[in-house]
Amino acid sequence: MKKSGKILSFLALAGFLFYGCQNNAGQKATTTPIGNGDAASQVYVPPGEHDEFYAFLSGGFSGQVTVYGLPSGRLFKIIPVFSQDAEKAWGYNEETKPMLETSFGFIPWDDAHHPELSQTNGVPDGRWLFINGNNTPRVARIDLGTFETTEILEIPNSGGNHSSPFTTENSEYIVAGTRFSVPYPQTDVAINSYKENFKGALSFIKADEPGSMDVSFQILVPGYDYDLAHSGKGKSHGWTFFTSYNTEESHTLKEVNASQNDKDFIAAINWKKAEEYIAAGNFKEMPARYAHNYYNEETHMATSEMKENVKVLIPSECPGLIYYLPTPKSPHGVDVDPTGSYIVGAGKLSADITVHSFDKMIAAIESQAFDGEIDGIPVLKFDAVVEGAVQSGGLGPLHTEFDGNGYAYTTFFISSEVVKWKIGTWEVVDRVPCYYSVGHLMIPGGDSKKPWGKYLVAMNKITKDRYLPTGPELAHSAQLYDISGDKMKLILDFPTMGEPHYAQGIAADVIKDRSKKIYPLEENHHPHATLKEDQVRVERNGNEVHIYMTCIRSHFAPDNIEGVKVGDKVYLHVTNLEQDWDTPHGVSIMGANTSELLIMPGQTETLLWEPKFEGVIPFYCTDFCSALHQEMQGYIRVSAADANTELSWSLGE
Amino acid sequence: MKQLPRLFMLLAVLLTMQLFLFPMWSITLVAPQYPDGITMFIWIDRITGDTEYTLQNINILNHYVGMKYIEPDSIPELQYFKYVVLAISLLGMGALIANRKYLYLSWFILVALLGALGIYDFYLWEYDYGHNLSETAPIKIPGMVYQPPLIGTKMLLNFEATSLPATGGWLFGTGLMLSLVAFLTYPKTSRR
Repeated sequence: MKKSGKILSFLALAGFLFYGCQNNAGQKATTTPIGNGDAASQVYVPPGEHDEFYAFLSGGFSGQVTVYGLPSGRLFKIIPVFSQDAEKAWGYNEETKPMLETSFGFIPWDDAHHPELSQTNGVPDGRWLFINGNNTPRVARIDLGTFETTEILEIPNSGGNHSSPFTTENSEYIVAGTRFSVPYPQTDVAINSYKENFKGALSFIKADEPGSMDVSFQILVPGYDYDLAHSGKGKSHGWTFFTSYNTEESHTLKEVNASQNDKDFIAAINWKKAEEYIAAGNFKEMPARYAHNYYNEETHMATSEMKENVKVLIPSECPGLIYYLPTPKSPHGVDVDPTGSYIVGAGKLSADITVHSFDKMIAAIESQAFDGEIDGIPVLKFDAVVEGAVQSGGLGPLHTEFDGNGYAYTTFFISSEVVKWKIGTWEVVDRVPCYYSVGHLMIPGGDSKKPWGKYLVAMNKITKDRYLPTGPELAHSAQLYDISGDKMKLILDFPTMGEPHYAQGIAADVIKDRSKKIYPLEENHHPHATLKEDQVRVERNGNEVHIYMTCIRSHFAPDNIEGVKVGDKVYLHVTNLEQDWDTPHGVSIMGANTSELLIMPGQTETLLWEPKFEGVIPFYCTDFCSALHQEMQGYIRVSAADANTELSWSLGE
Repeated sequence: MKQLPRLFMLLAVLLTMQLFLFPMWSITLVAPQYPDGITMFIWIDRITGDTEYTLQNINILNHYVGMKYIEPDSIPELQYFKYVVLAISLLGMGALIANRKYLYLSWFILVALLGALGIYDFYLWEYDYGHNLSETAPIKIPGMVYQPPLIGTKMLLNFEATSLPATGGWLFGTGLMLSLVAFLTYPKTSRR
């Protein structure tokens, strides 16, 4: 009996593999996956010419965002977001340290997952890029004029921020859904009391005004794991959809225990209704503690404030606020097509992709086609909302994007491929392999109303033999496909930084002319700025020494400083007086227990140095600024704590 | 037809007065690391650039070879040039009202002379900036001077320097020629 069971399951597996192979072979046709031999010219951007698209890839556990050009796959910039970056002094200089403050104190790292471009009328507008921090729940705003992180908001009463920061059509809100349900608010309870005490929070964050990012409201939901999200567009504008898994509410061995239910849920939130409930005062104020950090471009300085409470909506008290759409097999991605009609749920343990209809959902709500309710949340009848299923022939669908021409593209992690299918007929029309185990994919604008459906980037989780080996740790690999024809063609393979979990792309024209070149000195309102060389000075206040320094090709002013003592806290406030594009100056001091400064033209940054020994300490410019860059250096004399060396400073004397 | 010379003279005066609106001269520096070039515009009363910060950027570059800083406030011509332009405009108006053939010629000769003087003055400034270099300049190349060309293009180390009349200069030159045309088209017999 036991043996025959084994044989049976072997046959089933063999049958599955055979089926899979056959299916792949059926699509093999005449071209190799590497296009028709002209792939190189398709991705070749001649020296001095510009790429057609910007691509923003998350850095995952690097806490950063990387900026690439497409189709070349060239890396342009690494933007630190939730991580300290010694190259740019991000999180090291006095100006940006507050950006990494949280209710837990200073946290110089996070797991950055999903970049999301701001939108106007459902189309990426190139103003900002948002990204979530998964570990200590946070969301950030990157300004695409400066390509710098300018705002970070912590998400209160939440455990892990994975389903985030997906935007609404006009960036009214970005969202954050808890990945790990936790006691709400946090309290000391037994872990096995999960079902009674653990809750999830879905947060809506007001994000359309820099400097005033805030949690507008949270919705308290059953203690599932909320995975990904997308907001409606067009006719479904006003709704946001979150996938969930672990509807089993298990708290241990989740790989098994959270995979038992045949269907989990997509939560559909009517956020316009939520606004009505908030306006009507139908919410609870819950105690919370979360940081809001903002970098002010005029003062070149970040401030951190702590917020103390949050508005919470309880579904059972807010009818019409939220519905559950049953969706098979622990859905990961939830993706809304460009017309806003279809909600695509990718059950990551399934072979098929489930497509719900927005119209059917509204009809089901109106006709109350419910299959019971959970904590006041009506569960819609599966048959009443489902529009179709893509019989993919692959395994492990994760994430779908769209080309704007009626086709959708879904990644399959387990079968390591991208599958192209037609919206409406749900038929698979093409498939290409990925090297290896693709997670997410990106088509520029592919999650918006107007995709630029020319290229597709697949972000792979496993690299193995794709590049020259670099020891046990390998760069993750990405593949670029040309999707302009009927058949997808692999045209480029390029390494990425950290672990990209998600990406966004946008036509270069939308951003490049608005890219800032300098910080105008007349707009520099840094409290410690020195706007002219004749205003440089050194001031002592107890054991604090403030050096007001300027730099311009190719000298610091002052460059000889005396009167600093062991035990002082020395603040170097350095202003770069340059007003020419691409002329930063760096500053580094021997023995400073921090990074260098890298100061952009017109900017002021502050380095804290605490000299420990007597002596004469050199400092120098670290960014090769000019022919006389090597000469750009100076000395600071450090005297004994009780010495009476007078405070003095000079240049050229 | 009789009013034709007067019309030419009117244009000459207007094309002189436009010097208040457009720069006279431009000097452009192009180098590999300045692909778009840096352009400095000389007006009758100020020096500007293609960006707000051009002068600062040119001064930074110049200091390597020991050139003096270009400080518009210390150039007296930029203080009084506007009065000269105003004066010749008024004289031109006078000639126009009087409508006398030889007044047109006189105005032409006067303004042509003043223009030549102006260009000579510009040359002297260029000579001064290009030759009187600081003894302590970081970059000293024996025999090298940094005087930009009066008109045309010249390599100055890594920079290709081009000096040309700008919009205002071209229009002014056209106006000057029109005053000559006014003289030449003046009817031989007519007195008025």
